[in-house]
Amino acid sequence: MLKDEDRIFQNLYNDSGADIESAKLRNDWNGTKEILEKGREWIINEVKSSELRGRGGAGFPTGLKWSFAPKEVGSRPHYLVINADESEPGTCKDRDILRFEPHKLIEGCLIASYAVNAHKCYIYIRGEYFNEGQKLQTAIDEAYKNNLIGKNALNSGWDLDIYIHYGAGAYICGEETALLESLEGKKGQPRLKPPFPALIGLYGCPTIINNVETVAAVPTILRRGAKWFSSLGRPKNTGTKIYCISGNVNNPCNVEEEMGVPLKELIENHAGGVVGGWDNLKAVIPGGSSMPMLPKEICDNMKMDFDACVENKTGLGTAGIVVINNDQDIIKCMARIARFYKHESCGQCTPCREGSGWMWRMLERMAAGEATPDEVDMLFDVTKQIEGHTICAFGEGSSWPVQGLIRHFKDEILERNKFDPVVRKQKNIPYLVDQHLLEKENA
Amino acid sequence: MSIKKIHKEQPETFKFNDKSMEAANKIVSNYPDGKQQSAVMALLYIAQRQNDNWIPLQAMKYIAKFLDMPYIKVYEVATFYSMYNLSPVGKYFFQVCTTTPCMLRGAYDLVKVCKNKISEKENVLSSDGKISWMEVECLGACVNAPMMQVNEDYYEDLNDKKLEEIIETIYKNKIPKPGSYSGRINAEPVNNRKTLLGNKNA
Repeated sequence: MLKDEDRIFQNLYNDSGADIESAKLRNDWNGTKEILEKGREWIINEVKSSELRGRGGAGFPTGLKWSFAPKEVGSRPHYLVINADESEPGTCKDRDILRFEPHKLIEGCLIASYAVNAHKCYIYIRGEYFNEGQKLQTAIDEAYKNNLIGKNALNSGWDLDIYIHYGAGAYICGEETALLESLEGKKGQPRLKPPFPALIGLYGCPTIINNVETVAAVPTILRRGAKWFSSLGRPKNTGTKIYCISGNVNNPCNVEEEMGVPLKELIENHAGGVVGGWDNLKAVIPGGSSMPMLPKEICDNMKMDFDACVENKTGLGTAGIVVINNDQDIIKCMARIARFYKHESCGQCTPCREGSGWMWRMLERMAAGEATPDEVDMLFDVTKQIEGHTICAFGEGSSWPVQGLIRHFKDEILERNKFDPVVRKQKNIPYLVDQHLLEKENA
Repeated sequence: MSIKKIHKEQPETFKFNDKSMEAANKIVSNYPDGKQQSAVMALLYIAQRQNDNWIPLQAMKYIAKFLDMPYIKVYEVATFYSMYNLSPVGKYFFQVCTTTPCMLRGAYDLVKVCKNKISEKENVLSSDGKISWMEVECLGACVNAPMMQVNEDYYEDLNDKKLEEIIETIYKNKIPKPGSYSGRINAEPVNNRKTLLGNKNA
């Protein structure tokens, strides 16, 4: 188990308060000016060598992303956008950072905006997190008052303004280009890439978009050094991560652990075990609902980091672990996830708009046992036609979990769905016989 | 599903009151010059708060003029996002999360209670006109499942009994306390905390 002193988010459970005084006791805003004085190159190289990967789901190396921003500011200003539109089912880590560690996020915004040459930072919070947004706004006001941000922040000569932008209940706005559209006051439909936001983003200007957890981890990494961060976990999968463990466990919770921690340890040790014991485990969704589920056999020895998940044909995603035990109907669970995607599809690309509803309806029938055995293969075919044929990754996000279900639980679906539509026996049904022929015979 | 049906009875006019106007001007100033369209989402939300939790068509027209953008673009945004109510809802608007993590922990029991205690159908006002309810997709508090949102507050770690109590409290004109209903603090594991113990005891 990770040592307490190595945890970045010391106030994850709000033991000591989120205000600036308590935050300073936790070492926030300690030596931030010195970090800025070391310069852009140093910051980006340090983040690169810490091998920090984005915590929003895709796991893109953060230092590399920052280095994509143009080195010199041209005619267009640069923007930093923080993605706090946390809507992935099973995930609620950013919420606790916004509520209890807002100063880590604000400090991270200052460092990140300095590194990418941005004077304006927008934090896009999902509309349902209204109270969390208010708490963040209080922290931002505190930071302005103490000259931590604003004009000539920390007397470093750097100006930074931070604004909160509330979403309004659209999952798709967590996709970075849809988020930019939404920030511009349009409906949140993703843009084609390229051009990538790092060159043409918000209002057509260079924009760097990072997840809350990523940016909030940066100040601690720079304070304690990239070596410390990369000594945790294993190469390419370094550092710590907040895991959200929900579903059929005795004590659902958020917990910060080292990357690569065994899944079984997370569930047994931190979440109090599966309801009904480990043997009662049916499946685990390891990274939020977009990632394929895994059966118990794989969960026994599975490690939780980006590469280990990919080896098992799933993904770490946002590390929202949903535990499903044998008391649940696994097909029904998947059907509900499919309904989520059907509701949240933005409707821009046909394969996703039509396919997400199609998958949902088929899965509902399969849960009720009203499908034919052939339809399982047809469903798999539908998922393959969505995947890779859409503008954004929503297509993959909605079809991968269905593929995961078919990959691991096909037998169970087949066992339940034996409906055969073909009438095999010859039956004497009078209205099926051509009435004209009957007449002729009689004539 | 969200209420995207335009209400039949629309008010003749809509105007921001002083408080809304102040908030609206402040939000417009957050965005660069000429990019005031960015404020449309926040302004729709302000209009919704001013107008008893729903947005009439006149408000969309008003906001379009306010931000100097086409009416249809405002309409597009208002119909795209699920948090804008285009028809009236109860003063206490229950949104019960039923996505899989909540479903696993009994969200449909909560739906049953809503059906019994509030109204048989979604988005229909209770008999005293105070409460309406609907099923929504993931609200992002999965470790506190099952949960629901009433207006802006989260009610977490519920079960059918506790939800009945909440509804009864509202019928008695009191506002129930938001947060977890299992006695735990935030998202920490109940009675099983193994991390950051130094902070807890400090």
